[in-house]
Parts: sequence; structure tokens; C-alpha cells
Amino acid sequence: MATETLTTASSPRPTRNPRRRPGRRQLVGLLFVAPALLLVVAFFVIPLGMTAWMSLHNWPLLGKSSFIGLGNYEALLADGRFWSAMRFTLYYTVVVTVVIFAVAFPLALFVERQRPLAGFYRTIYFLPVVVGFGSASLLWAWLMNVDAGLFGPALQQLGLTEKRINILSSFDATFWSVIAMVVWKTSGFTMIILMTGLQGIPTDLREAARIDGASRPQLFTRITLPLMRRTIALALILSVAGSMLAFDQFYIIAQGGPRNTTLTAVYWIFNSSFVSFRMGYGAALSMVLLVILLAISVVQLRILRTHEGI
Amino acid sequence: MSARQAARRRKALLNGIARHGFGMGVALLFLAPLAWSILVSFKRPIEARKPPIPPWPVDGATLDNYAVLNDFGAGIWAHAGNSLTVALGTVIISVIVSLLAGYGFSRFKFPFKNTLFVLIIMSIMVPFQSILTPLFLILSALKLQNSLFGLILVYVTLQLPFSVFMMRNAFDAVPREIEEAARVDGASVWLVLVKVMLPLVFPGVVTVAIFAFLNSWNEFLAALIFMTDQDKYTLPILMTAVASGQFGTINWGAIQSGVTVMMLPCLALFLLLQRYYVRGLTAGAVK
Repeated sequence: MATETLTTASSPRPTRNPRRRPGRRQLVGLLFVAPALLLVVAFFVIPLGMTAWMSLHNWPLLGKSSFIGLGNYEALLADGRFWSAMRFTLYYTVVVTVVIFAVAFPLALFVERQRPLAGFYRTIYFLPVVVGFGSASLLWAWLMNVDAGLFGPALQQLGLTEKRINILSSFDATFWSVIAMVVWKTSGFTMIILMTGLQGIPTDLREAARIDGASRPQLFTRITLPLMRRTIALALILSVAGSMLAFDQFYIIAQGGPRNTTLTAVYWIFNSSFVSFRMGYGAALSMVLLVILLAISVVQLRILRTHEGI
Repeated sequence: MSARQAARRRKALLNGIARHGFGMGVALLFLAPLAWSILVSFKRPIEARKPPIPPWPVDGATLDNYAVLNDFGAGIWAHAGNSLTVALGTVIISVIVSLLAGYGFSRFKFPFKNTLFVLIIMSIMVPFQSILTPLFLILSALKLQNSLFGLILVYVTLQLPFSVFMMRNAFDAVPREIEEAARVDGASVWLVLVKVMLPLVFPGVVTVAIFAFLNSWNEFLAALIFMTDQDKYTLPILMTAVASGQFGTINWGAIQSGVTVMMLPCLALFLLLQRYYVRGLTAGAVK
């Protein structure tokens, strides 16, 4: 949907080399991009249109679908469980993004400059990023397990808890363990993005400020932060968009539990479409998620663009 | 040596110790979960059922946990084969498609060129999680549901915005004169692309290939939905089924050996080709 509005068709300029027949050369260019276009149309444009279309239907897996207008959207407004999944997703997104930045920013400052072992530290902090969310979740699901895992038994052996606690039976323990897992797995990514922003700041600018007597905190808030606005915006959008779409970790580690308190928006769409097979309803939920995500991206870009100084 | 020099040197030394103490401490935190999982996978199955304190095998190291993996589903080799097929298929098709598209967008003029380029790049704004339901129906209609090839096509499409952007930039960086010289010598478009251009844009190809491999090897949700036939499970789906007790009592030692099998190719690939990987990351950041 964004694609139709954002395209700005510029009229094709005449071919560079007039000696070649323009018609044929144009055709060759189109042929080169044809496979990519075919894939995007078949597996992106058509499904996107279908999502909108299906959301207006009662669409079971088998049997005929029937047009019900905005029926799915009305049902969705009254669906308390969807909105609590949405609220949980937002809560998770805010918390995880704050913690990721709190960890990644100091690390970016730490590894930014060319100093002994800086490259080594970068590599190590980044390692969990290349491990899949599936593998990482299965790893932490075990660490969080009450019988064979690490956290519960270790807390007990250290004498911090009297009995062995089952992390997965409490919302807070589950939630914060998942946060720890995601921060462990993704901080390295945010760190590298922020690091490229830091390295883009001209050194003479910082030198000049230092000579003028700027203190370290002043240097950071007056020079570093404003000049990193674009990078911070990018890292924020990537973190927020990624977290809003969280699924793997909550599905694998907690199965949405305890008592369905960690069901995310995507998890709820997955349940509607592929567990209860209400595909039209799932499509309506998808449309809502889609609109929210696009809105978040636009708002974030706006805020970070207008506030020059931060 | 003057006293001031000595003081300065001592201060530098203390700074160094503090910095590397911090650096190493954080490094340990990042490495610990990986190490814990890999070490536990070598414990005897009975020992692996107990809390992993300490993580290394106390009772002698074995490969028993890896042997057990063969009892799940169609056996670990079949499922590793599925994952490898999907990952390599995604790599090969992504490279071919984005090489062609990158060349086309960089070197040719045709109607709606910018529109089509923006269309491909903008698809990254729409999360694929929101178009899963119709994708499922389209794959079923094309008889590609439960087919590794169908999954490959979806993964290639997910990678396309990144791959096409990457390859177009790679071609843009090659001076036109090189190609025109070859063309004057009478070489065909194909020959120029394969013999002259490909070596010049090869770093871009490697970057596209790494991202295609890691993302398809690790992808979870689409594989979970589209591969309902147990024989077609990729590794993350198989191991999640094991962890949910689908194959009997949950064997955490075996699961950690499965996690190790899934993690090692990613870690090795990253450590070997880190330069190309980070190039891909920063390409997005600088944009």
C-alpha cells in the first residue's frame, strides 16, 4: 500500500547511446529486472492486495468464503484478547528498545575507536546476532527450564532463592528473561549501527569543542548526539519494527504463557489464521498491524527530523 | 625517567587494565550462553538432564546427544539436508536474480525504471508477517506448499530489497568505461556481464550470499507455517517440535546438540566472511 503512494515516476530519459536501437536496449533492461519483478509481484504485491481483500471476507481454510464488508474489523474492535496482545507487544517493544539502547550505546562508544583489541571486542559482542532467533530461543528455553536449566537452579545454589523457582510460571520472570535473551542476541547489531554513526562524526569537530573547553557530557549531548540523529533514528526504527513483530521467542520459550500473558500481535495473527483457520479475520488483524507499523515509522522519522537539537 | 613520566605511564597502565577488564567481562557475558550450550551438548545424556553447573562434561565427553538426534522425525541428516537445500537454494537464486536486476537497474534505461526500483525497495517497509495468510494460499494454489522450493522462493523475495539495492550499488561503483571498452571489442551483453562485470562486483555478491544464507537458514515463522509435512521440517522447526515434547520426553541434551548444529555454520560463516557481512550492515546504515 505504501508502494503505490510513494512511487514518483520520472519519465524515462532518452537512451545514452543513440546509435543503438533504443527499443531493443529498453527491452533488454526490462528483461534483466524481470525475474526480480516477477517474484515481487507474485510474493509481495499480490499477497498484499489479497490481505486487504481477504480482510473483508469470512474466509475459512476449506469451503467458500463470503463477503462480510467491515465485519472482521468490527469483531476486531471488540476482541479484548487481540488488544491485550497488542498492549503486551507495545510494552515489550518499549522495554526491549530502551534496554537495547542502554546496552548498545556504551558498547558502541567503547569499541568505536581503533585501539588494541577493539576489533576483537566488536566481533565477540556481535556473535549472537548471527545465531538465529530459533536457535537462541531454544538455547534460552533450556537455560530457563526449572529442572535441567541454569537460572532457577543457580539462583537456588547461590542462596538467592529459598526454593527452586520456575521462571516460566511467572509473567515477570518470563518477560525479563526473554528481554535478557533478546538484548544478548541483538545489542551487537545496534552497537554496530551506532558505531558507524559515531565514526561518521568529523574528529576535528570534537577536537574544536574540546579546545573550547567543552566537558565530556557536554561533548556528548551537544556534538555527538545531534550529529548522530539519523543513525539513532535508523537504529530505533529497526529495533521498534523488529520488536513489534516479535514471535519466535515467545512461541518457542513460553508458548505465549503463563496463561496467555505473553501472546504478541503476530502470535495472535498466527493463532487466528493457522490454528483456528479464520483467515479473513487474521487478514484484518494483519492490516491493523501493518498500519500501526507504517505509522510508527513515519512518526519516528518526523520527530527525529524536526527536533534539530534533541 | 622523570617522576612525571612514571606517573603518566602508571596511569596509562591502569586505564588499559580497566578498559580490557571491562571489555573481557562483557565478552564473557556474550560468549557464555553459546559456550554453555556447546559444552552441555557433549555431556552424557543422564548428566545433561541435571542443571548445567558446571557446563562442561564432568563424567566424560560423548557424542551420545548427537546420536539421539537421528531418532527425531526423518533423522537429523534429512532435516539438516532440508535446511541446507533451502539455504543454498536461496543463496543461488538470490545471487542470480539480484545480479541481473542490479545490472539492469544500473546500466539500462527503460520505462518506469525508478518506479519499479522503488517498488522493490519499498517492499521492505511491509513486514512479511502481515501477508502470511495470502502467501500460504498462493503457495497452495501453485502446489508449492510443503515444498522446499516454495519456501526458497518466499525467502528470495524477502531478501530482494536488500539484494537488489546492494547489487545496484555495486554495479554503479564500476566505471562505465570498462564495460564500454569490452563492448567495443565486440563482446555480447552476457559475456560482458559474466566475464568483465562479475569479478568487479564480486564483493557485493558475497555480501548478498551471506545474508541470504544466514536469514534462510535461521528463518522460523514462514517455515513453521508452510512446512506442515514433518519430513519437510527445517532444523529450527524440528528442534522446536522436540522441545515441545512432540517426540516423547524432552531431552535437553539432545536439544542443545541440535542448537549447536544450527549455530556453528552461522558462527563459522560470520567469522570467515565478517568483512563482507559488516559491509552489508553499514550499506543500510549509511543510506
